[in-house]
Amino acid sequence: MRVETRRQARPLFRSARRQTISERVRRLIPNEAKKRLIEVVGAENYDDTKAGRLVYSYDATPQFQSLPDAVIAPRNTQEVAEIAKICNEYRIPIVPRGSGTNLCAGTCPVEGGVVLLFKHMNRILEIDEENLTATVQPGVVTLDLMKAVEEKGLFYPPDPSSMKISTIGGNINENSGGLRGLKYGVTRDYVLGLEVVLANGDVIRTGGKLAKDVAGYDLTRLFVGSEGTLGIITEATLKLIPMPETKQTMLALYQDLEAAARSVSKIIANKIIPATLEFLDQPTLEVVEDYARIGLPTDVKAVLLIEQDGPKEVVERDMKKMADICRSEQAVSVQLARSEEEAEALRTARRSALSALARLKPTTILEDATVPRSEIAKMVKAINEIAAKYQVKICTFGHAGDGNLHPTCPTDARDRDEMERVEKAFEEIFSKAIELGGTITGEHGVGAMKAPYLEWKLGPAGIAAMKAIKQALDPNNIMNPGKVFAKSTRKRVVVTR
Amino acid sequence: MTSKTEQALIQKAFQERMDEDELMNCMRCGFCLPSCPTYIESGRQEAQSPRGRIALMKAVVDGLIEPDEEVERALNLCLGCRACEPVCPSGVRYGHLLEEARDIIAQHKKMPLPVRLIRKLVFAGLFPHQERMRKATALLGWYQRSGLRTFVRKIGLLRLLPASFRQMERVLPDVPTAKEMKERPHRLGPDGTVKKRVAFFAGCLMDTMFMATNDATLRLLQLAGCEVIIPPSQGCCGALHGHGGEKAMAKELAKRNIAAFEQLDVDYIVTNAGGCGAFLLEYGHLLKNDPQWCERAAAFAAKIKDISEVLVELGFDQRPLRVAPQTVTYQDSCHLRNVMKTVSAPRRLLRAIEGIEFREMKDADRCCGSAGIYNLVEPEMSMQILDYKMEMAKQTNATTIVTANPGCLLQMKLGIERVGWTGKVRAVHIVDLLLEAVEGAQAAKEEERIRKTS
Ligand SMILES: Cc1cc2nc3c(=O)[nH]c(=O)nc-3n(C[C@H](O)[C@H](O)[C@H](O)COP(=O)(O)OP(=O)(O)OC[C@H]3O[C@@H](n4cnc5c(N)ncnc54)[C@H](O)[C@@H]3O)c2cc1C
Ligand code: SF4
Ligand code: SF4
Repeated sequence: MRVETRRQARPLFRSARRQTISERVRRLIPNEAKKRLIEVVGAENYDDTKAGRLVYSYDATPQFQSLPDAVIAPRNTQEVAEIAKICNEYRIPIVPRGSGTNLCAGTCPVEGGVVLLFKHMNRILEIDEENLTATVQPGVVTLDLMKAVEEKGLFYPPDPSSMKISTIGGNINENSGGLRGLKYGVTRDYVLGLEVVLANGDVIRTGGKLAKDVAGYDLTRLFVGSEGTLGIITEATLKLIPMPETKQTMLALYQDLEAAARSVSKIIANKIIPATLEFLDQPTLEVVEDYARIGLPTDVKAVLLIEQDGPKEVVERDMKKMADICRSEQAVSVQLARSEEEAEALRTARRSALSALARLKPTTILEDATVPRSEIAKMVKAINEIAAKYQVKICTFGHAGDGNLHPTCPTDARDRDEMERVEKAFEEIFSKAIELGGTITGEHGVGAMKAPYLEWKLGPAGIAAMKAIKQALDPNNIMNPGKVFAKSTRKRVVVTR
Repeated sequence: MTSKTEQALIQKAFQERMDEDELMNCMRCGFCLPSCPTYIESGRQEAQSPRGRIALMKAVVDGLIEPDEEVERALNLCLGCRACEPVCPSGVRYGHLLEEARDIIAQHKKMPLPVRLIRKLVFAGLFPHQERMRKATALLGWYQRSGLRTFVRKIGLLRLLPASFRQMERVLPDVPTAKEMKERPHRLGPDGTVKKRVAFFAGCLMDTMFMATNDATLRLLQLAGCEVIIPPSQGCCGALHGHGGEKAMAKELAKRNIAAFEQLDVDYIVTNAGGCGAFLLEYGHLLKNDPQWCERAAAFAAKIKDISEVLVELGFDQRPLRVAPQTVTYQDSCHLRNVMKTVSAPRRLLRAIEGIEFREMKDADRCCGSAGIYNLVEPEMSMQILDYKMEMAKQTNATTIVTANPGCLLQMKLGIERVGWTGKVRAVHIVDLLLEAVEGAQAAKEEERIRKTS
């Protein structure tokens, strides 16, 4: 009985198909193809047992699950190329997968096929201290790379909250941001060169260690953020920068959400670019404190986590200026972290926000709306109004300095009535973001989840241009199919206000 | 092999018994993956990770897959170390899910006759009966002392056993005689004034094979100013049963212990084995559906405290403690750390001992691979994990490895034997080292006095 109701549960976004196993009985990998794939990677690196496939049927996106037909772990670029050739020949979808932490159903094999793992391709190949670059395989875990370069006094800034488990391959393909995005930019700003296996098995190299290079189209940038739909990244050369000399961290506390948001815009308008400018509202603070127990204030409506790094004098000057701005915007208190341990505890707490919110309710739906920095106060206000209108609880945290908020709704997928309201609320949030000159996703990507909404942002001509690129590089549509481009677009809700 | 009908029964039981909210609470963020020893040692296989195992359990509930061999394999390979819990921001209680899943499988699966017999013998016949535990230990003692051990080792009889069993035989402590395992006193007074009234949970293995450690624990409690009650009707905590798919039996053992302790007017119930302490701490959860017992269980659980916490609270780290100069490292007991949340107290005590250079080993919080009877049933993974542990221990140059749980202690001894450090490196339970340090300080003081008077 219980299983029945769950099967009937409607996906959050109706047009994004959530496939169950029973829906897709067609076997995608003929025996002959299987035999050839095993010849390439060895039997121990090919798994098509049911349990083996099930554990790669999901990622961190709620409401999406679909079984692949097999899971393959190649050991080198050559093997990846062979796999691509075989899959292209038999039209078998390929879903490259890092650690499966993406939040857009980017690695959910919605059309089956093979999931490609990079667990063997996880070495840091070189840290070049003369050219300030690191060359890595795609399976390297982000935090491992950071630690390795920091040992040499170097710095790799893109730090998605998932960094202790996310991979560089995943970061590149989602163009991930992090807490340091405001000052240092996102993953895109650190990718210098790539080795890519194309859908037909060709291996190409783009860019390189060069600081300047205009030979032809900038394919490196094209592949960054391509969500595994254009090719398979097998190696990346990344830019490193010198480690900033000092760093300071502070918390500004507010009894008014919009006042906090106004402070953000004002700091930037005052020509200060802090390293970190993060926003957490009260419900988020409560759950995070419940997990981390580091004494976060839970009796205020919002906090800003602010950091600056660089030469000591500059840091001190900026921190003072920002503290003054916060106070002038009615911050009830501004506290400087007393030690690096305390600062690190604050950052770690912020990073756990999303997963901590998951403790509230069985299902956690999160969004990634992004607006120009000047509009952040308006967006925060709109989110609260929309939540009230649809009677749903929405907690908000995010990279306020980037104009990138994560309104998050703790809910229960089994409650259909509420799910419907959640869905409507989020559609209205998307709409509002675009109206304010923003976008439907700042850093989490489109994947299968937001595909039906992409056209809202790009328009039909924008979609057509992107499809032309996809068609040229992957004519048989084997690379991560069902992502980015939707079969149909959602009707845009009209915001009446 | 699990037959199709067995699978169907298991699936049905999953749907009826697994806590669906807890399963859904996992938002699949993957934050737990880097802390999971089996995920790391299996070369990052999702099926050997907490997130993967939760997904498998949920898929069985959802009817997406059958509880087949692979599912069972993934659950069997889990250490149950619960390192995935403190790092989970969402607060998923993985240990509870695993326990329930294992119980369902064990109760519905028809196991081969020898396995069933052994399980019955161990779970029902031996552990719940302290008298039999003593007899079994005495038998082991007779084996060790009578010359039989020397003979068996000489003729190479042990070669018939798998390597890990063979090594295990070598590292078992020299156990007390039947006479030594006499009935304990039921009450001990403190040295000096009474600071706390505590009850001592003696444990089944601890009170037989590791009786010396229990004696040391009692002595330390007295020294720290505790009046100690040792209720005679207590018994095995049931952890082995609970983790091994014999939940019903675990519940009976829990009730016996609750009854044995609840009438006592004490501040704490003190344990010296992380594995037992953690299980006692969760009696409230174990008996949550039993209206007659749930409240009593929760009251009992609220008093559980590890010996190191009690000692620190009573300022034991302020008293003179001294051993011969040596480098020491500490291996966390998983359940002490991840369930009882005792992390700093043992370290603080060790650092307080004069003569010790304390060096933290890398990944001290990672399971050593002992995990109850895991090292016997999954020797391959267990030894792989142990070898990593020994490598980390080696990097500290420690000559003493301290633990806080009998299983971990044996595993450390096994590790030392495996890498050929026997005689050079020792493994000790923290209370034994502390008592040694108390005596060391006393001896030093005595020496000082003699030197002064002469
Ligand atoms: C709790 C939590 C916090 C997060 N915080 C942030 C954050 O602060 N900022 C942010 O930007 N994101 C964040 N994310 C989202 C996510 O962690 C990032 O998108 C991350 O980069 C994904 O890395 P991954 O290794 O898990 O990749 P996956 O999820 O496995 O894959 C992501 C995409 O990359 C593709 N891909 C992976 N490897 C390759 C390859 N070698 N070649 C081609 N395609 C490939 C996949 O097909 C997929 O489309 C968060 C997620 C969670 C769960
Ligand atoms: S950390 Fe918790 S929520 Fe995240 S995957 Fe692991 S168990 Fe699930
Ligand atoms: S209990 Fe230990 S082995 Fe099992 S999933 Fe959790 S961390 Fe991994």
